[in-house]
Amino acid sequence: MRTAISPLHLLHPRSLGDALRLLRAEGPLVPLAGCTDVYVGLNFGTLDDTRFLDIWHLEGLRGIERREGVLRIGALTTYTDIIASPLVRRHLPMLVSAAREIGAIQIQNRGTIGGNISNGSPAGDTLPVLAVSEALVELRSLDWTRKVPFASFFTGYRKNVMRPDELITAIEIPTVEGVQFFRKVGTRAAQSISKVVIAGVRAAHPRISFGSVAPTVIRVPRTEAALAAGASMPDAQRILQTEIAPIDDIRSTAAYRRRVAANLLADFWAGTD
Amino acid sequence: MPALTPGQPQGVAPTDIGRETLKPITFVLNGKRTSVRVHPMKRLLDVLREDCHLTGTKEGCGEGECGACTVVVDGRAVNACLVPIAQVRLATVTTIEGLKARHPLQRAFAEQGGAQCGICTPGMVMAAIALGPHPTLEEVRTGLAGNLCRCTGYMGIYRAIKAGTRRNSRKSEIGIRDSGFGVRAGPQAAPARRGAQDPRRKK
Repeated sequence: MRTAISPLHLLHPRSLGDALRLLRAEGPLVPLAGCTDVYVGLNFGTLDDTRFLDIWHLEGLRGIERREGVLRIGALTTYTDIIASPLVRRHLPMLVSAAREIGAIQIQNRGTIGGNISNGSPAGDTLPVLAVSEALVELRSLDWTRKVPFASFFTGYRKNVMRPDELITAIEIPTVEGVQFFRKVGTRAAQSISKVVIAGVRAAHPRISFGSVAPTVIRVPRTEAALAAGASMPDAQRILQTEIAPIDDIRSTAAYRRRVAANLLADFWAGTD
Repeated sequence: MPALTPGQPQGVAPTDIGRETLKPITFVLNGKRTSVRVHPMKRLLDVLREDCHLTGTKEGCGEGECGACTVVVDGRAVNACLVPIAQVRLATVTTIEGLKARHPLQRAFAEQGGAQCGICTPGMVMAAIALGPHPTLEEVRTGLAGNLCRCTGYMGIYRAIKAGTRRNSRKSEIGIRDSGFGVRAGPQAAPARRGAQDPRRKK
């Protein structure tokens, strides 16, 4: 059952400033970027929203640059752009790994990093990467620009700190020291949503993040601290189990996710030694 | 190809959206400048099939999983079920009909057993086209991972792409990358190539 499109409204801002004015004056509006999530809801009749803001053509929100050690990725940058970027390949290869495993080519050509963040699925594949790289999410409104640490961006299942008149404009990622790791476990290599996903950075104090094991993407600070202090892998895996809260759903079971998360932790540790 | 006249909006109540929001949306479809007056959130897939009467593009899952509706927009394969028509304004869209049944890949799909029931085939061919000439087997596997086929077991499809892209690599490079509008039509729009059709010069 498709959502009838006749009651839907789509606004077309001419510029970023125009978009921010519309968000303030005409909101609430759902921004439309690559539509790879929104149109699934639309096609299945499960979409409640009726007012949309088309930002896909705002070229200023697209592109990747690096200045003073900070990698800046425009919110509308697609997974294909990320995979092709020499800057990302060199400085944040785990993000390239994540982008390659999202959907398949058709989705990678349309899906954007800003969309992955705002959609806020606990299974979003770029999100553990952004968590361990301690990224900042740049939010703009008509009156201000603020940079929110990724760790405090999500407040609950698909909930975040954004105000209705704000737009995600960019992601800023500081230099990541250490060996990067990403692995996704799903039903098949392409087109599958993660059962469990991990990103990690092996440094003096390791950083580890998991997706699909809690209402939001999470860091596991006590596991990180244990490994930094030289804990054995079985001990670290036991601590990990106290930090994750997976559920049974259509894609997997809590028990399977606990087992796989523990295995992925060992995989990360062995693979970055 | 049927004439493309701006028709009455379909399934759109005039009271719901003002007449002014149904401005014509213009894009290049299979090399021809095309304008449609439809709701801006109508799916590219539905505009192709219902308004442009090009039914070669199929709907499979309607959620970007199966790739049956794959078309090429500004040189990139996309799922037409997940693209609002407003976002192809000024873009170049190539569908299976744009190959005019003469592309070497199409013959190769027939000869190599790459097509059986046929529902996935237009999407497979368009995804393969977007790979460019001489893709490696690995590139084909990755490039077609988003196109599901329940008949062939894929090996016939891989053979067809190998044969079809080898047979005539120049012919397989069709003009699918240029919007011809002389503006960036999307994130992946390539600079206009010499000899590209410019629809503004028509008429």
